[in-house]
Amino acid sequence: MAREIQGMVEKRGAGLWLTHVFMILGVLVIFFPIWLAFVASTVTQADIVRPPMPVWPGDQFWINYKNALFSGINVPVATMLFNSLVMAIGIAVGKIVISLLSAFAIVYFRFPGRNVFFWMIFLTLMLPVEVRIVPTFEVVAGFGMLNSYSGLIFPLIASATATFLFRQFFLTIPDELAEAARVDGARPMRFFWDIVVPMSRTNIAALFVILFIYGWNQYLWPLLITTDPEMNTIVMGIKQMFPTGDDFAHWPTIMATSILAMIPPVIVVVGMQRLFIRGLVDSEK
Amino acid sequence: MEKRVTFRGWALPLLLIAPQVLISAVFFFYPAGQAIWQSFFIPDPFGLTSQFVGLGNFEFLLGDKFYRASFLTTAVFSILVTLCSMIPALFLAVMADRLIKGSGVYRTLLIWPYAVAPAVAGVLWLFMFNTRVGVISWYLGKLGYDWNHVLNGGEAMGLVVVASAWGRISYNFLFFFAALQAVPRSVIEAAAIDGARFWRRFWTIVLPLLSPTTFFLLVVNIVYAFFETFGVIHTITAGGPQQSTTVLVYKVFSDGFVGQDLGSSSAQSVVLLIVVGLLTVIQFKFIEKRVHY
Repeated sequence: MAREIQGMVEKRGAGLWLTHVFMILGVLVIFFPIWLAFVASTVTQADIVRPPMPVWPGDQFWINYKNALFSGINVPVATMLFNSLVMAIGIAVGKIVISLLSAFAIVYFRFPGRNVFFWMIFLTLMLPVEVRIVPTFEVVAGFGMLNSYSGLIFPLIASATATFLFRQFFLTIPDELAEAARVDGARPMRFFWDIVVPMSRTNIAALFVILFIYGWNQYLWPLLITTDPEMNTIVMGIKQMFPTGDDFAHWPTIMATSILAMIPPVIVVVGMQRLFIRGLVDSEK
Repeated sequence: MEKRVTFRGWALPLLLIAPQVLISAVFFFYPAGQAIWQSFFIPDPFGLTSQFVGLGNFEFLLGDKFYRASFLTTAVFSILVTLCSMIPALFLAVMADRLIKGSGVYRTLLIWPYAVAPAVAGVLWLFMFNTRVGVISWYLGKLGYDWNHVLNGGEAMGLVVVASAWGRISYNFLFFFAALQAVPRSVIEAAAIDGARFWRRFWTIVLPLLSPTTFFLLVVNIVYAFFETFGVIHTITAGGPQQSTTVLVYKVFSDGFVGQDLGSSSAQSVVLLIVVGLLTVIQFKFIEKRVHY
């Protein structure tokens, strides 16, 4: 009986094949831009400027990537990769640390001004950096933080998503644990390190994945505050590789850089798929 | 919801919360306050003094035909991006949900583009449609269609929409797929026994059950189209041609940093602030209670 019903619900035979065909077509269409970029990063400039360009990879892979990584156009791409890495990790770690601490304070203590601080943090949920861009730029310039890692990182960790996530999670930790810790005479920070942080492991990891990608993919902010090419991040640096005026862009180098810019976040997303999906669902809820 | 068991003391919690409060104050509240404050002033050309103009900047904005055009552009852009990213995602999710085996493989393949930064996506699509070397524009040319998004505003809009929607398909796919997997099997089977075919079951049972997810994605995608597509527009069209792809966030940037018109840019920030506020209210009011995974 169950099998027959299943047969009515799930497709078999021709319908099943058709479903696979649709899925494969969808994957191919979605992959096409990435494939083309990869092909362009393995051929010569001459192959590209005489359209149509080839659709299969050429033999210039090592030359193009070596050229991009170690000489680049304005600055070696290796430098930009390093800057992006520092920025993405800085944002992820920074946001997780300050959020863990403040969520712990809000959930496990009653202190003067708690509600005021809570609402203060809540308000920061609402305003993306794109909206307050001009005055934030002035603040950062005033601190002399243009062209610095702290200038890249700090303004982007001023948001409350992570704090909320941790608060929600801490509220689900059984009260008995805190009670037991108190009876045993454990100090609050001891409870934090020995119970709360280990219990939040999965949430921390999931959030790290999401925040890493958020940080890595930032564009407008690095564009504004890194005027020195040495401080460019890779995602914003690609646009700087295009010549002004009518010259031909050096597409193989640009496309090799685009591929390099994708690799770290793709590794994170695909490699930590479970955590990534969990983080996505948690942080948007 | 509150904890029953708490720790005593007030110095420690204040110390714990200090880093976040400090960072929020310096990099969030002060700049946001500045944006609101500056929106009531017009600085002189040398930036030495500013003159209080009350709501003058706002009046000017509302009367400015470029700003009104930018509102319309943003509306068209957001709706198109939302539709172009949600419909294919729903279709793929429905297909993947029909498979008993292999849907995990497709999921892995489909989440890739989410990791690609909007600005990088912009470069990829620019490359395909580049007027001189683009593959697709070249083939379109062979077919007799002269593609030129540098001059044609409609084509420019189409290109930034597709480039912005592309990575979002992954995101929407994940949510739709998760929601579809959560639809109770027994309901579907009951309908199947009653003789409802696949598409009928989809329209009358599955789609209504998906409505919380759909609504959630609708809001999230509009927010994305508003605020996170700057990279795509900046790399592909830089707001042109003739401002045909200048969305509101792009205009804040181009008036504030390129045009150095701080009063107007701040007033625009305040308008966006109101828009974000409204979207947040909608999100909380309708979604908080209704979306469950």
